[in-house]
Amino acid sequence: MKKKLMSFAVITILFFTLVFQALAANKPPEKGEQLPVMNLPIPKNPEERNYLGLSGSGSFKISQIKAKVVIIEIFSMYCPYCQKDAPGVNELYHLIENNPEIKNKIKLIGIGAGNSSYEVEVFKKTYNVPFPLFPDKDFTIHKACGEVRTPYFMVVKINEDGTHQIVHNQLGNYPGAEPFLELVLKASGLK
Amino acid sequence: MEKKRIVQFTLILVVLSVFVSVPMAFAISDAYKGNIYQTGPLKRTDSKLKVKVGDPAPDFTLPAIFGEKISLGQFRGKKNVVLSFVPAAWTPVCSDQWPGYNIAKDLFNQYEAILFGITVDNLPTLFAWTNQMGQLWFPVLSDFWPHGAVAKKYGVLRSDGVSERALFVIDKKGVIRYIDVHDINKRPPLENLMSALESLNK
Repeated sequence: MKKKLMSFAVITILFFTLVFQALAANKPPEKGEQLPVMNLPIPKNPEERNYLGLSGSGSFKISQIKAKVVIIEIFSMYCPYCQKDAPGVNELYHLIENNPEIKNKIKLIGIGAGNSSYEVEVFKKTYNVPFPLFPDKDFTIHKACGEVRTPYFMVVKINEDGTHQIVHNQLGNYPGAEPFLELVLKASGLK
Repeated sequence: MEKKRIVQFTLILVVLSVFVSVPMAFAISDAYKGNIYQTGPLKRTDSKLKVKVGDPAPDFTLPAIFGEKISLGQFRGKKNVVLSFVPAAWTPVCSDQWPGYNIAKDLFNQYEAILFGITVDNLPTLFAWTNQMGQLWFPVLSDFWPHGAVAKKYGVLRSDGVSERALFVIDKKGVIRYIDVHDINKRPPLENLMSALESLNK
């Protein structure tokens, strides 16, 4: 009897341990789903504020960015592949900004997983990154996004009614600016 | 008796579940793919410093991965020196520290500093590991044999034979000006090291 009771207790505890872990480990948000809650600081730099169509101070959510599509790159200053891809991602920004048809429809931001403001600035300066980068020093956003490896790209469609959904996710494998833009246009229905 | 065992078992499981669910968010670069050995959380520090700020830095000579031997003394009067001890190749936080320094060369130059990365791993291991980081601009030194001798001299050799995650800033006169024996589980923020370098010239 006692033996049975013990086995029961062990199985129950194991079960709850596993369930707890499954719940605790955030999965990366999938295509068709919404982003996890991300509160980012409104940039102090007026150019960056303008780029995102934001005003004032405090924090903002991705869906408040004035655009139809937002491309989010989760990167780290300490990540060799993010460093290698940086010039190509810059090129994507310039491709978009130089095309009057999509200029105001697609915006690009980066979130530095585990990076302090200083570290994000070093990355920005080293690669001359023209779009806004945000620090995520304590990995809050990175955790909410399922602790993805980097660089990780999420393409988010913002709907007229203010809702949004993810239309494309990608770990690494950055194919270069033109193919990636093509992919973004197709996935978001802009083309 | 049985009850006691159940209680013991429960305790073990609870403790285990806490450890398993602690997230390790470092070395998340896709560059390393599945090659990082997950150590799990470790004791923050596990050694006793043998030097302090203001002491002359103990001299050493170690082999670098690109063949030459490097002595600390050869930089006296020429460069400020940063020693970055990291615990081991192919582990989470370490793999995520030097690639950051690799894009901060201008900052090190600005403060007339040279950086040495040091671990207790042997040269072939260091060679393979640092290859994943891209071309590093700074020398990587192997404190493998006699095992961890330099780490031991500075008092940053842990009881399991790896070194602490420690930073030493040594000025041009060969005097230690800054020491950060960091929590081994965390990456030291770059700004702390840079402000230490900045204050050398004040």
